Amino acid sequence: MRTPITTYLSLAVLLVLLVALPTLADLANYPAFTSVATRVLIYGIAAASLNFVLGFGGMVSFGHAAFFGIGGYVVGILYQHYSLGEPLFGVFPGSNQLLVTVPLAVLVSGAMAALIGALSLRTGGVQFIMITLAFAQMLFFLFVSLKTYGGDDGLIIRRANELGGLNLRDRPTMYYLCLTIAVSFLFLLWRIVNSRFGNVLIGLRQSERRMAALGLSAYRYKLAAFVISGMGCGLAGALMANFMRYVSPDMMHWTKSGELMVMVILGGVGTLFGPFIGAGAFIMLESLLAAWTENWQLGLGFILLLLVLYTNGGLQALFSRLFRRDA
Amino acid sequence: MLSVSRLQSAYGRSQVLFDVELEVGDGEVVTLLGRNGMGKTTTVRSIMGLLKPMDGDIRFGGREVAGATPESIARLGVGLVPEGRQTFATLTVRENLVATAANRLGRPRPWTLDRVYDLFPRLRERARQTAGTLSGGEQQMLVVGRALMTNPKLLILDEATEGLAPVIRAEIWACIEALKAEGQSILLIDKNLGVLKRIADRHYILEKGRTVWSGSSDDLTRNAELVQGYVGL
Repeated sequence: MRTPITTYLSLAVLLVLLVALPTLADLANYPAFTSVATRVLIYGIAAASLNFVLGFGGMVSFGHAAFFGIGGYVVGILYQHYSLGEPLFGVFPGSNQLLVTVPLAVLVSGAMAALIGALSLRTGGVQFIMITLAFAQMLFFLFVSLKTYGGDDGLIIRRANELGGLNLRDRPTMYYLCLTIAVSFLFLLWRIVNSRFGNVLIGLRQSERRMAALGLSAYRYKLAAFVISGMGCGLAGALMANFMRYVSPDMMHWTKSGELMVMVILGGVGTLFGPFIGAGAFIMLESLLAAWTENWQLGLGFILLLLVLYTNGGLQALFSRLFRRDA
Repeated sequence: MLSVSRLQSAYGRSQVLFDVELEVGDGEVVTLLGRNGMGKTTTVRSIMGLLKPMDGDIRFGGREVAGATPESIARLGVGLVPEGRQTFATLTVRENLVATAANRLGRPRPWTLDRVYDLFPRLRERARQTAGTLSGGEQQMLVVGRALMTNPKLLILDEATEGLAPVIRAEIWACIEALKAEGQSILLIDKNLGVLKRIADRHYILEKGRTVWSGSSDDLTRNAELVQGYVGL
């Protein structure tokens, strides 16, 4: 558990690189890279949230896109009511203030996670996978049929939310906002994983029975973790809505849940940085392979297969083995 | 403190316990003896709520607990050191001890990390190591320490010294004696009659799921032949 100084050093270098990224992208005459990096950060937050329940808590949720979508729709719906000047349910005014919409998105997805988790966590194993998938698909079809909010076509958010005097349409500004949030979120997860709560969660994955015999109720701890995870995905969804200025039911389609899971597996299940590395790899591969062929998922499938079979812990494990052979 | 009467338990359709009687008083050290397969571990699992009894009473601290969930029984103050070394392998020694620590009954002079480390100095040396990398004996010490950190009224040790080197075994026995001196109630399941006679106050023998004999350590010595018949190695 001792952290060598080199780890801190490489983290510092990484952070400097991330801060310099928009400038470097401009220098390289490839400013679009900043947008790619923003997407990576946002998906990284979502994947890290999924990994919190999947990797640390051992709960294989196949419905996390639901919370991602809900986070996005909170931003979209509040914006629509704001721009039309019609209060939501005739009571709540809409909003385009990031400091209102994002926390609300986090709260609503947390509440939804509490509801779905409370029911799903009564099951385990394959049943848990199927029931989370079922809930996510129910929400997907609910939003497809909600014509008020665009139905199938989704909602266009004409202007990104306001945050002080910042212009969130500006690519580097949005990138820095997402970077700040991603770093804070990762720090928070790191604290949670290393807290007593995190230890109990990891212990539960190893044996719920053993935890029960020590006086702890597995259900409550797992539900709390599930809610935290849902909130993280909601946060990512809200950021994505601001970044794309568009939300649609596709955000909660089951393939999106699958993509999040692929990111987690690519990067490394049960690691802190893994999901971010996985999100990066996924988005890079998507754009690289898609340039070659329409059937880019085929290539991705092979790469995933190789990683799972030969790295024993995803890219994170591969990197640490490559760079720490001498250590 | 703990009183088990007419306990019957089964795994699916095969009944294992037919009539188990057992009492542990405050500050007492009591053993459960018998050959393998006679129902000792099943009795422990029934007391702990890990197996739902078919019939009979299990009272702990005056409350009926037969059929209650393991977590609620643990919360009432039963600490289990299960058979086999059941640590949380990927957590460090310190995390194993701290994660489930509690003093729900507000016991005076509760167990702390330092007190557990004083009892098992090896754990202090290994505090930052993951539990999976410990030797068998160290893992057993860790599991005892983890149970103590929940400040139980009754500590149940199921084959705590099985498969350990004699030196480590002696260390665990010494620790159990120290706990007894502090007034900790303990239910012991073990096969080392010699040590058990010295440490424990009373003994119960199980044969085919029934309590067939009970008595003090002196009775055990006096009835050596009969006991050998039941426990005989």
